[in-house]
Amino acid sequence: MNNLKNQTDFDALARRENVKKALLNVLLYSLLCIWALIVLFPFYWMIITALKSNAEYLTETVPTPYPLRLTLENFGIAFTPTEQVNLALAFLNTFLFTVFTTAIMLAVIVPAAFAFSRLNFRGKNILFTFFLALMMIPTELVVITNFITVTNLELRNTLLGLILPSVTSVFYIYLLKENFSQIPDELYWAAKVDGTRDFKYMMRVMLPICKPTVVTITILKVIECWNSYVWPRLIVDDADHLLLSVAIQNLRESGAGRGNVPAMMAAVVLVSLPLIVLFLVFKDRIMEGVSRGGTKG
Amino acid sequence: MEKNSPKAWLYLLPAILFLGVFLVYPLIDVLVYSFEESFNFASQTSAGIGFYNYEYVLRDPFFLQAIKNTFILVLITVPISTGLGLLISLALNAIKPLRRAFQTVFFLPYVTNTLAVGMVFMIIFDKTEYSAGLMNTVLSVFGMTPVDFIDGPYWAKMLVLSVYTVWVVLPFKILILTSALASVRKDYYDAARIDGTSRGRMFRKITLPMISPMIFYLVITGFIGAFKAYSDAVALFGTNLNSQEMNTIVGYIYDMLYGEGGGYPSYASAAAIILFLIILTVTSVNLLVSRQKVHY
Repeated sequence: MNNLKNQTDFDALARRENVKKALLNVLLYSLLCIWALIVLFPFYWMIITALKSNAEYLTETVPTPYPLRLTLENFGIAFTPTEQVNLALAFLNTFLFTVFTTAIMLAVIVPAAFAFSRLNFRGKNILFTFFLALMMIPTELVVITNFITVTNLELRNTLLGLILPSVTSVFYIYLLKENFSQIPDELYWAAKVDGTRDFKYMMRVMLPICKPTVVTITILKVIECWNSYVWPRLIVDDADHLLLSVAIQNLRESGAGRGNVPAMMAAVVLVSLPLIVLFLVFKDRIMEGVSRGGTKG
Repeated sequence: MEKNSPKAWLYLLPAILFLGVFLVYPLIDVLVYSFEESFNFASQTSAGIGFYNYEYVLRDPFFLQAIKNTFILVLITVPISTGLGLLISLALNAIKPLRRAFQTVFFLPYVTNTLAVGMVFMIIFDKTEYSAGLMNTVLSVFGMTPVDFIDGPYWAKMLVLSVYTVWVVLPFKILILTSALASVRKDYYDAARIDGTSRGRMFRKITLPMISPMIFYLVITGFIGAFKAYSDAVALFGTNLNSQEMNTIVGYIYDMLYGEGGGYPSYASAAAIILFLIILTVTSVNLLVSRQKVHY
């Protein structure tokens, strides 16, 4: 009898513990769901607004959370070139800018990281420390002179003027150098014995081994290029050479966007889409790369 | 490794060249610009050396407004985003099913275009032709009178800017804090549980000290990032931020350089140096505080 009573006590205890756990879980999941809704809602609103007709958007007295009549006409309107904005060209420009900047950057930082990790030369440590110190310089400080330099070189409104200042990143050199340094020396000497030249060793051995880091750097740079706003705005004022961020800002401030919010949202959807797809494909790489040293906010 | 291979300089040449032209030289040049008085862009001449540019900038009401806005934004968003980030990360760390899915969703704002999504925030808060806008419609359910968030009173605009800033910076903080929390060794908690330690005490005595270096890292990067706020404000209020009373320090620098009120690289340089000094001071203060508070 006594034994049985003890048993029920344990059951009650266990039940109470379970209830407490369940309550905590409800609390945790509701908090996470609320935040997930806050994160996702702007995307939802962007899409449904892009699918409303302008007439519907303008005449609603209460904002409806879904379009009464689905329409794709806004995408056509967004792409219609005006004097201030040519969205199709902006896509092309941004694509070229992203591809060239990323490619040139890799061509600049890979040899530099190789030199710091594998080769020995006088002043190496001093130079590397100096490079690290450069990481602390905020872009805002150097933009002014770069603006004047590019203007004096008459590179305004050109792809080259857009690309040149952003093809080096000390941080990525550092990241790649750390990765290169992990490759055992024996591999290098073995290659040397076989008569492999440094350049070939870098291209054929080091790069493939460090491919994950290279991919991460490439994706982070692509995101940065696709979203860049300040420099393109300073350097480009000709409608045919705009990059996307500036183009949608112009769209918003010119009559077309102000008067037609759904068309503006259609443009916003198309600008956001490529990066969201890129993120969903490479999400582990991106999140890992950012946690190793991305900064934003 | 070989003793000395001068060839290394060849590998470093492109990097040194680009960094020299676009980072080191501008750094020196911006200092020079900031002290050259009444610099003429066309003839590349100046009247003399002195502090006039700094005096001008520090007396410019637009700059003072920008300083005020930036400081308010920093003081609002850094504590809120760090606290909220910690709360969400703790919740993420405590669950198992769906954790990856939540993490993916929460990271989404990081990869979006600040300008593009900022415009979505703008239309959520803005009024439309015949309605007070989505946010006001929702708020009116709770009995609040409609506010013009985009073109109205200062605090309404500051609220929208703060909300958007927190939304944009949280993914980075959540990412860093969840990996910091995941790396706290489980045996500490097991030992504490055997001793019958309460949840709150475990958080204060184990979790917080263990992740304090990362919290501190986030506070520093958060301060720096918020002091450099600009494109979020442009997305919400347009490029003419001065007339909206919503300009930031970085916005002031660019407006001085280029655009309708632009063409004054000297004033822009002085403002940039002032911004740099502010960031340097705040970061140093942060580092000093951390010496006493952070457990390494």
